[in-house]
Amino acid sequence: MMSLLVQVLISGLAIGAIYALIAAGFSLLSQGSQTVNFAQGDFVVLPAFVILAANSYGLPIWAGFVIALVVAALVLGVLFKRLMVDPILPHGAMQLSIATMALSIVLQNSMLNVGGAQAFPFPGINGGIHWGNVFIDWQSVTILLTAVAAVTALNLFMGRTRLGRAIQASAQGPQVARLLGINVTRMVLITFVLNAALVTLAALLISPIYLVKFDNGIGIGLAAFSAAIIGGFNQVRGAVVGGLLLGVVQNFAATFGPTQYRDAVPMLLLIIFILFRPQGLLGRAEERRV
Amino acid sequence: MSVVLEARDLHRHFGGVKAVNGVSFQVEEGEILGVIGPNGSGKSTLFNCLLGQIPPSMGQVFLDGKDVTGMKPIALSRRGVSRTFQLLQVFPQLSARENLILAGQEHIGSRMKRLFGKPDAGLTGAADRMLEQFKLSHVAALPAGGLSYGQQKLLDAAMAFMAGPRLVLLDEPAGGVNLSLLGSFRERLRAMNAEGGSTFVVIEHNMDFVMSLCTRVMCIAEGKVIANGKPEDVRNDPTVIEAYLGH
Amino acid sequence: MNHPYRVLAIALLLVLVGGVAGFGLKPYPIYLISQWAVYTISAIGLNLTLGYAGQISLAQASFVGIGAYATALLMPHGVPFGVTLVIGAAISFILGVLLGFPALRVQGHYLAFVTLALATIAFLVFRNESWLTNGTSGIDKIVRPFPFTSDLAYLWLCLGSLAIVTLGTWWLLRSPWGRAFLALRENPVRASSLGVDVRMYTLLAFAIGAALGGVSGALFAPLGQYIEPAEFALPLSFSLLLMVVVGGSGSFLGPFLGAMVAVALPEVLRSFQDYYLVIYGVMVILLLVFSPDGLVGLIERAVRRRPVAAPAEPAK
Repeated sequence: MMSLLVQVLISGLAIGAIYALIAAGFSLLSQGSQTVNFAQGDFVVLPAFVILAANSYGLPIWAGFVIALVVAALVLGVLFKRLMVDPILPHGAMQLSIATMALSIVLQNSMLNVGGAQAFPFPGINGGIHWGNVFIDWQSVTILLTAVAAVTALNLFMGRTRLGRAIQASAQGPQVARLLGINVTRMVLITFVLNAALVTLAALLISPIYLVKFDNGIGIGLAAFSAAIIGGFNQVRGAVVGGLLLGVVQNFAATFGPTQYRDAVPMLLLIIFILFRPQGLLGRAEERRV
Repeated sequence: MSVVLEARDLHRHFGGVKAVNGVSFQVEEGEILGVIGPNGSGKSTLFNCLLGQIPPSMGQVFLDGKDVTGMKPIALSRRGVSRTFQLLQVFPQLSARENLILAGQEHIGSRMKRLFGKPDAGLTGAADRMLEQFKLSHVAALPAGGLSYGQQKLLDAAMAFMAGPRLVLLDEPAGGVNLSLLGSFRERLRAMNAEGGSTFVVIEHNMDFVMSLCTRVMCIAEGKVIANGKPEDVRNDPTVIEAYLGH
Repeated sequence: MNHPYRVLAIALLLVLVGGVAGFGLKPYPIYLISQWAVYTISAIGLNLTLGYAGQISLAQASFVGIGAYATALLMPHGVPFGVTLVIGAAISFILGVLLGFPALRVQGHYLAFVTLALATIAFLVFRNESWLTNGTSGIDKIVRPFPFTSDLAYLWLCLGSLAIVTLGTWWLLRSPWGRAFLALRENPVRASSLGVDVRMYTLLAFAIGAALGGVSGALFAPLGQYIEPAEFALPLSFSLLLMVVVGGSGSFLGPFLGAMVAVALPEVLRSFQDYYLVIYGVMVILLLVFSPDGLVGLIERAVRRRPVAAPAEPAK
């Protein structure tokens, strides 16, 4: 029993760490440019297809990952911002949110038409280690370590470097940032590219577990939104706490609860948080509107 | 004479900035109190604290003797407090008449009755009278967004009177209104004060407008009341002159 | 708002044209027009939430599902159609209030996420609670209410319901409530200073919108005479939102046009087969870039090139 609990905990933390990456990108966009990206889940599936495509031409996974990074930075970063966000945001944040839903439909159906409806296997890491009677799989350990390293790097970048602080300043007060001589437009663009890098890394880590399917983005997106809100839209830290909590709770519920309601867990957590702690675990209470 | 509005030792800090720093005053029924002070002296923050837009950090606000500190704008509106904003805030898509009906409709009958009652909530007559009083009858049916700045400013002020308020707080009512309208606007406000029996608090930069409209003037500088009394006394008060010149 | 009688007349004329056209058409086009009427009712509801209260709801498909399942499950037990319709609408309304109340305490996209959660959970319930909903096999042989059993008669029932919903919504929007909805969308701070209870009106707009989703679902079930959970999942919610935006959110005629595009486009783009949704999505994005007030805005700009009111003198 104990061994099962540890296993469920570790694989929950691993999946939660990936949620954290995706949620961190989601929060960055929403804070940096009021873009509530309802296509964030599909943003994770697209690079996975790129890696698979490169792989099918005989390229190793790492090379596919590099190509996917470039493609994501261009398409999900620069083009997404220039062609959609920049022209639609002046009409309103709500209009932009709905445009991202349309984008979600476009991405999903493009991947369906090009790739097909089946779930494609994605190479992962096999094996593990027995530690007493606890089995720890290398896959989860690798995911956890990679994701933690990435999140830590992101946190350090945002908090400790000049560029990171400039990005934060632009997100919190564009006018003030401009007065301080920060190129806000460029900082926002960097935010979009950062998000593209985060979802590409998430694609590499999550695909061996969930496989690659055109509509995986729905479930991934739901988990990422929940993680972001549970954590408290608080840049990176909130996403990490929310992601890990969600991953563990979801994994325990899936192991010990009814499997067919697995997807309901993040949603129930989300509703509970909005009911009782809308500012999230790490967020501060907002000034209420009315 | 009873006290309509009272502020007791109000404070509002933003981080280390003390925007309102211990303000106390009373407004008696029927008064027109002018609030003046140099830019950034804390007038608008004071207004926002009085009106529930932002909660004060410390201190209390009383309306007719009842503690209303931190009460939401909607609740204050139900208690007969209305206001205008420093920046123009009419609804540009609605006609001038519709703007006035909107300003009055939530104060009559129940919500259900409004749904099933007349589309104008029975307020067309009252709105048209108000338009006439503010000399806006000729633009009654035009979208408010198409009116001149001065006309919108008048409409904005007229909206504050639609619910028959007990207390009206006007934030720079004369700002941007051209001189030819200003005189009649002032007379209109005076008449509303005399006929409607409501009490006014007015923030204004136009010194002539304040001096000729208000029954009493209070000057604020650096979050504190530095003078409070008859208009001409305040105007000649050396500390007031100093506060303006010092900036 | 400028010409309330004209928009009502246009809307009712569209309904009437649909009804008369039914005489000369084959079953499939009749089905499409009925579908248009059903989607329009749902989109009118969502337009209240999105276009008037300014809130994104991703649960409209769930409310349609609730209405559809209420009708499909209760009618075989002898409950008359009119009653099942009211029950579906009432459940949706109450759920709307229960969900909207906490979500509207905080600003931002919280209602969107709460409704997203509801949409996911409702779909799982439809799919998993087989004892009630027959799971993924769906419910078939749903009987149409007498005397609307033929395709043509059922078309008239759908259009008649749409006409009633149109009149009701028109009344609502012309009443003081409609003025309050417009005020809270344009300027919530000013609205609340005038005594408009912004939170209450937002909640009401959302709940009424949800109830109309339930009404639309009640008509949906007997139309195809078969329902299954996947029909009421997130894609329908997205699709309904896009209908509102394509038509023009916040305009009375928007839902009518948006639903028309959504029903007609797959037929027009038949030769593109699977790429139809990709094209639709790209079109929506382009529309949002170039005409944020949708087709209604596009048409209005094309029709009247002259300015509405003579510009007044600027302030000196």
